[in-house]
Amino acid sequence: MRRDWQLYSLAILPLLFFLVFRYLPMIGNVIAFRRFRPGGSIFGEYWVGLRYFRMFFTDPTFWEVFTNTLVLGTLTLLFCFPLPIVLALLLNEVRARRFKRFVQSVSYLPHFLSIVIVAAMVMQFTSIDGTANQLVRLVGGEPVAFLQQAEWFRTIYVSSEVWQTVGWGTILYLAALTTIDEDLYEAARIDGASRLRQTWHVTLPGIRPTMVTLLILNIGSFLAVGFEKILLLYNPLTYPTADVVSTYLFRMGFQSSNFSYAAAIGLFEAVIGLVLVLSANLISRRTVGTSLW
Amino acid sequence: MVILGTRRDAPKTRGPEDSRGYRIFRVVNTIVLIGVVVVTLYPFLNIVARSLSEEAYIIAGKVSIVPRGFDLTAYKLVTSDSMFWTNYRNTVVYTVVATLISIVLTTCYAYVLSKLRLKGRGFLIGVALFTMFFSGGLIPNYVLVTSLGMKNTIWAVVIPNAISVFNLLVMKAFFESLPSELEEAAAVDGLNTYGILLRIVLPLSKAIIATMVLFYAVSFWNSWFTAFLYIDRQDLLPVTVYLRNLIAGATSAESSGAADADKIQAAATLQAVTIVLTTLPILAVYPFVQRYFVRGVMLGAVKG
Repeated sequence: MRRDWQLYSLAILPLLFFLVFRYLPMIGNVIAFRRFRPGGSIFGEYWVGLRYFRMFFTDPTFWEVFTNTLVLGTLTLLFCFPLPIVLALLLNEVRARRFKRFVQSVSYLPHFLSIVIVAAMVMQFTSIDGTANQLVRLVGGEPVAFLQQAEWFRTIYVSSEVWQTVGWGTILYLAALTTIDEDLYEAARIDGASRLRQTWHVTLPGIRPTMVTLLILNIGSFLAVGFEKILLLYNPLTYPTADVVSTYLFRMGFQSSNFSYAAAIGLFEAVIGLVLVLSANLISRRTVGTSLW
Repeated sequence: MVILGTRRDAPKTRGPEDSRGYRIFRVVNTIVLIGVVVVTLYPFLNIVARSLSEEAYIIAGKVSIVPRGFDLTAYKLVTSDSMFWTNYRNTVVYTVVATLISIVLTTCYAYVLSKLRLKGRGFLIGVALFTMFFSGGLIPNYVLVTSLGMKNTIWAVVIPNAISVFNLLVMKAFFESLPSELEEAAAVDGLNTYGILLRIVLPLSKAIIATMVLFYAVSFWNSWFTAFLYIDRQDLLPVTVYLRNLIAGATSAESSGAADADKIQAAATLQAVTIVLTTLPILAVYPFVQRYFVRGVMLGAVKG
């Protein structure tokens, strides 16, 4: 019994952390329903009901940035979810150990960079004298100020996400691949299955739980598309495609000082995120029997 | 999700001999993977080359991965800026302090959560897990940190992200894997919980603690947004925000079109140098620490 209390005492500081810096802000969201005065109470002054929600539901800019979020989120999911699986399968066919290790080490590297560094590299890469425009000139085109043009933003954003995340994303798949029973391949071979069919009927089912888990996690963070990276890379010229819910919220809060309005948008975003994870989890439990918890 | 099993690095030859189609595939596969390596490394080499090149060559778009007209002026400019070094030192201090706090809090909580028979364990785990899927959001966090008077102090940078739930789960999984006999024996010998944690458990956990230190240290070293949000005084900023201000200045100049081309160009070379100097420590330790990261991620996935 005394031992238990000593254990509980170890949990006090961490619990205090969660309480103050995780749960208090959740409650702090009441300012989405209340008038907030900077410097006043962190829970606002008086109730205004759903005023701020009505405001953004009728705000055309909000729906624009919401659409942008959906488009960027979908594109990111479309490329950043399957590509690590493909790369892992390709790596899995390599027999030269050293070469495999080398490719892995190199492809993990971008994961360790700060987003600021990645953004700065993207800027250098796409600048008028950068690599992208050197290629454009090589094929006889006119240099393009890529980051100043709204139609290029999605391409730039998704490519840089691919560059940064695909290599690291292979780790869990590679680990899952090593656990597939060699006998299954043996059996498939005796049945006359080709390499391709072995991959389809043995390898892919073998890594399915990993795929489903990562898919659920990806869907959960669907709306939170690279807030920090977009904040670093976008500018008023690219707002038409680059501005997303979280960056719009950021400007509303910190440039227009409309905290309650921004908090209402944030709450809306967080609730959708939670609903997305819970439903993805439920669907996967019902259909393939894999769930996060 | 269980993914750790016997190691099998490369698949053995499946079948008496490879078919023709498969041999062709292997050649194509090698070429594709070399392509992946080139595409990943090229931007790094390009930045290094740009940082060492003479401006005229950069403006002419002639710098690829070989420095042209070797020139160290930009390096001299950046390294003679005392604010760069002040911010660099801040990054080191923030990283050390934040990592220390994080390790203590994470270790304590993970150890408590690893005690399977503890009453209320499910609740304590739930408290942490829920925050993975629902967060208070930017504005309430900002209001809170501000009202706590933490703005423009080191605490705004090191406290609000002190516990990463992912790291917590990795550590909890590790503690659960330790044999309980040792702790029971120590308890019989009269050690209390704190003594057991300090003298029995932690010495057995050096590897996992090293992994956690790396996880936290890299994430704090790389972080910029918290400092960007909560710190207005330039001499308190970490070097990531120094770089962010450099690139933000460059974009606003470029998009306004008002500044002369020379200035923008100088900014571009300075950016390249600052990128190189900020990334250097990470690149220097990367070859040695990479495998700890991989191991940590897999450990987390077992019980994720």
